[in-house]
Amino acid sequence: MNHTAAANQNMGANDPKGFASARANVLRPGAEAVATKGWLAANRWLLLRRLSQLSILALFLLGPWLGIWIVKGNLSSSLTLGVLPLTDPFVLAQSLAAGHLPYREALLGGGIVLAFYLLVGGRTYCSWVCPVNIVTDTAAWLRRRLGLRGGKAADTRLRYWLLFFVLGLSALTGTLAWEWVNPVSMLHRGLIFGFGLAWGVVGGIFFYDLLIAGRGWCGRICPMGAFYGLLGRTALLRVSAGQRARCDDCMDCFAVCPEPQVIRPALKAIGQEHPLILDHNCTTCGRCADVCSKNVFRITTRFDRSES
Amino acid sequence: MNNQQTQRAGKLQPLPRRRFLKEMAGVAGGACLLAGGVGLYSKQASALPATAIRPPGALAEADFLSACVRCGLCVRDCPYFTLKLAELGDGVATGTPYFNARAIPCEMCEDIPCVAACPSGALDRSLTDIGEARMGLAVLIDQENCLNFLGLRCDVCYRVCPVIDKAITLERVHNPRSDRHAMLLPTVHSDHCTGCGKCERACVLPDAAAIKVLPIAVAQGSRAGHYRRGWEEKDAAGRSLIGEQIELPVRGMEAQPYGDTRLRPDGPQVPPPAPPAGLNSGWKP
Ligand code: SF4
Ligand code: SF4
Ligand code: SF4
Ligand code: SF4
Ligand code: SF4
Repeated sequence: MNHTAAANQNMGANDPKGFASARANVLRPGAEAVATKGWLAANRWLLLRRLSQLSILALFLLGPWLGIWIVKGNLSSSLTLGVLPLTDPFVLAQSLAAGHLPYREALLGGGIVLAFYLLVGGRTYCSWVCPVNIVTDTAAWLRRRLGLRGGKAADTRLRYWLLFFVLGLSALTGTLAWEWVNPVSMLHRGLIFGFGLAWGVVGGIFFYDLLIAGRGWCGRICPMGAFYGLLGRTALLRVSAGQRARCDDCMDCFAVCPEPQVIRPALKAIGQEHPLILDHNCTTCGRCADVCSKNVFRITTRFDRSES
Repeated sequence: MNNQQTQRAGKLQPLPRRRFLKEMAGVAGGACLLAGGVGLYSKQASALPATAIRPPGALAEADFLSACVRCGLCVRDCPYFTLKLAELGDGVATGTPYFNARAIPCEMCEDIPCVAACPSGALDRSLTDIGEARMGLAVLIDQENCLNFLGLRCDVCYRVCPVIDKAITLERVHNPRSDRHAMLLPTVHSDHCTGCGKCERACVLPDAAAIKVLPIAVAQGSRAGHYRRGWEEKDAAGRSLIGEQIELPVRGMEAQPYGDTRLRPDGPQVPPPAPPAGLNSGWKP
């Protein structure tokens, strides 16, 4: 099953306007937006996101590189300014499944992070924090530029099963099962503490996304993304296709979105009336807002259902 | 077009149930396979190499792997840069802290900052006295190259030990090669050795050390529970459990207590006083 076929199935068996094929034809989404809005406005959220991802990384690197210890540790667990503990709830879930009850700091840190993502949307972790996102975004960009198509992508539900089995495996083996291979923690830890052969894992994801399955890792496999996705049902921060009346079906937003299936219900009023993207897999990356030359999208709250 | 209208009205056509179930089984099977692969890999990769020593207070290896979140906070708070996080390819579970004693040993900080830093409980805070730490156990493993075993006086491992005369002692034995000298053999005692690795670090041999700190599971055998140690039983009972033994005379040594070769027939019949502490802990080969 190739990518477009899989996408078709998620959207329903038929593809009335040939959206998918139109999408496959978009090599340079956002070109029109750059022309009408200017380069800066057409890359606003992307730049902000990179800034966020890189400054978080920089905070972690200030200590080991310059001796300025604002944050110690890594994304799995950290201590900020010697008082604020933060722990990745996914790692914590694995540890609990493995039968270990962590100390209060780790539990408290996990609770803080959990509350934060329940509030702003779980997968904002993916687009604003996760270092692998830069890798997979680059792979997706290159794939579009090179006009690569086809390949074999897994089903989008694979990640939930994997999440389920990973937690089961943690219980079974009494270890943090996914942390043996988790490329997210490997990349982040590698940048801060030293890589070893972990480059290979990150390179593997890059080439998998580039050559085998477009958006294949983040969109279909990563159980960590799936975990954060499940925290996304109560998110206050949401993207709205508020100006959908202006949409001219250029398909640029579908082409850049890492989870394109989430756009259609809001943009085309399929299965819902309001223009909010409520699907928990929307990463609130704002890329759709960037590349839309008609300014259809905006990042807003889940209560903002206005269409103006 | 009909189809499009139903979709617009918000009723997604349900997939035929059979196909749905088949697909689901495929996806679940795929995920199970992937997870199985991870499981096998973790099983294969969870063996700890003999040179990798866990920080003080680390839970037993199996529990440690269920607890450590691989954050490196212990690494950051170690003032001597002893600890490091395993990188992929190091042969230690990726991201978990360990040290190589030959490179940088543990300095046995009194306040044990590594344990205080650990948020997960992988390093157990009930360890408050670093002397109670059991990171590993030193073993004088190469008796062919150790200088003291060759009859020389190196003693370096003994002198650097922070728990000198308890964790490691020099035991005087007869040197059978020259037949007239003593050998002072560095001897480690598991009830005091913390596994800090200072001895391994200091061993004067050019590359690999003759004395090495090994994970306890590697260094120690299991105690034979069914075997009752006569001398312990005797201490506990206050008398020998099998009654006094008959001492048969040895020709030429009739006047001496049986078997004590330290006494000469023409000398005093009391054993010589023990040399000062550290040179004889009472151990005999
Ligand atoms: S899906 Fe996984 S790898 Fe991708 S951005 Fe999210 S957490 Fe990172
Ligand atoms: S006791 Fe001190 S030297 Fe030893 S590992 Fe801990 S922090 Fe490092
Ligand atoms: S501080 Fe604790 S959880 Fe973190 S790496 Fe060290 S032992 Fe593991
Ligand atoms: S490892 Fe060596 S130096 Fe450290 S306590 Fe044991 S015998 Fe002494
Ligand atoms: S330092 Fe090495 S060579 Fe010297 S006595 Fe100790 S083990 Fe033997």
